[in-house]
Amino acid sequence: MLLFIALPLVALFTYASLSELWASLNQRQVIEAIRLSLVTSLSTTLVTVIFGTPVAYLLAQRRSRFNRLVDSLIDMPLLLPPSVAGIALLMAFGRNGLVGAWLASAGINIPFTTLAVIMAQTFIASPFYIKAAAIGFAGVSAELKQAAALDGAGRWQTFSHIIIPLSWMALLSGCVMTWARAMGEFGATIIFAGNFPGRTQTMPLAIYIGFEIDLNVALTLSIIMIGFSFITLILVKGILHRRMEANLELTTTLS
Amino acid sequence: MRPKLLPILLLMILLPNTACNPQANLTPTTARIPTTLNDTLTVLAAASLTAPFNELGMLFEAQNPGVKVEFSYAGSQQLAQQLIQGAPADVFASASQKYMDMVVQANRVTQGSDKNFTRNRLVVIYPVANPARIKTLQDLAKPGLKLDLEAREVPAGQYSLDFLDKASKDPAFDPNFKDNVLKNVVSYEENVKSVLTKVALGEADAGIVYLSDVSGNAAGQVGILDIPDALNVTARYSIATISDSHNPDLAKAFMDLVLSPDGQKVLAKNNFIP
Repeated sequence: MLLFIALPLVALFTYASLSELWASLNQRQVIEAIRLSLVTSLSTTLVTVIFGTPVAYLLAQRRSRFNRLVDSLIDMPLLLPPSVAGIALLMAFGRNGLVGAWLASAGINIPFTTLAVIMAQTFIASPFYIKAAAIGFAGVSAELKQAAALDGAGRWQTFSHIIIPLSWMALLSGCVMTWARAMGEFGATIIFAGNFPGRTQTMPLAIYIGFEIDLNVALTLSIIMIGFSFITLILVKGILHRRMEANLELTTTLS
Repeated sequence: MRPKLLPILLLMILLPNTACNPQANLTPTTARIPTTLNDTLTVLAAASLTAPFNELGMLFEAQNPGVKVEFSYAGSQQLAQQLIQGAPADVFASASQKYMDMVVQANRVTQGSDKNFTRNRLVVIYPVANPARIKTLQDLAKPGLKLDLEAREVPAGQYSLDFLDKASKDPAFDPNFKDNVLKNVVSYEENVKSVLTKVALGEADAGIVYLSDVSGNAAGQVGILDIPDALNVTARYSIATISDSHNPDLAKAFMDLVLSPDGQKVLAKNNFIP
């Protein structure tokens, strides 16, 4: 299994020569795609954290029927093929869409804009953060929360001083997963946001188009994407690992 | 990429048997290849050929029982790249000679074996509601118009750019026509059907597709603005059998069907030009 995952990645590197890669890197289209991917995926992560944290908090409460419904709803983008998500977004926010038509009459057009890219990425990638955060929040023991309440802490204080510090590792890994999924998002983006260099052509789209005409462009971007992902994953795992070790030390010395 | 050994071995063992099939002497209008096993024919065809080729596929299957034709429709540039990377296929039908030449250069098609089998021309489309009030070709340069085109790597995309070049040189158009039109592009799609869909949905105010794309089912979905011959581009479609096809006889038979009067009739029905 490991070999199966590693082999395609290694193969990418063997087919690219360093000089050709460097030449492709300086092409405007490549730089634009990288810039756009970073800007949109980071925006997506930010939006997800801001709007997804309350949802995750809600999900971490007791398991009511309503909560189960919310949970299933959050699962949906994970199950849908991204192209279906793209079509659905078009039906909702397109010029003749459910909400889109009304927005269009107010002069706001979403398809074909960078905002559309962020919306597509958020739709597809936010469930990763929300689920991870919900699990993190739920993992904070009720006794701690009750003790805080007994000491006079309000809901917000409990949240910011107890729950977040105790679940930050889950939050961080949720963020990374959302960011990574947003970076790799293709199907919903190309259908809802379209493909325009500098405005909506993220790295996955540039790779797709580049593959059809200039393999070097595709290879360069692919290698950059892998580089990004790998470095980020290693960094985050490094932080998490060190933290976990520190926690372990703490608990063993305390007990 | 080297073809797999097993199917070739199988074919070598079974082919001598099929050649002795007495049924082979019956000949309808198009040659019927005798088969004793279920054959699958893989045809890679430009997205614009979807409707006519689906029909020809059914016709071919009816004429050759036991044969299944599978189509992969995509932008010709994508199919060419797949073939260059070694994708197994039996027939390739491209919307431009450029991509057929690329495949010939990669030795997947024998030099000189490809044939032009049909032509196409461009047409401007707009949503039925015509939100941008397009009446003439010059309107494409109207500021604020949302134009959906194919990426320049896609044959239709390159043809569209050629049309814009021709129009810019025409006295009836502003010399900056092409630049102004390109300023209006909101998206470069990677095949011609995506442009059709987005215009039909009303997401874009206009698009440029092939005349064949707006025939049949699609006819009522969009408004059509014709591009006169002087400015239009003739897209020459090319078809060839893949040199390392596992079913060379079957592949040739399908190519013959496309080139035959029956095949040409189906193409004409879909607004292709003979």
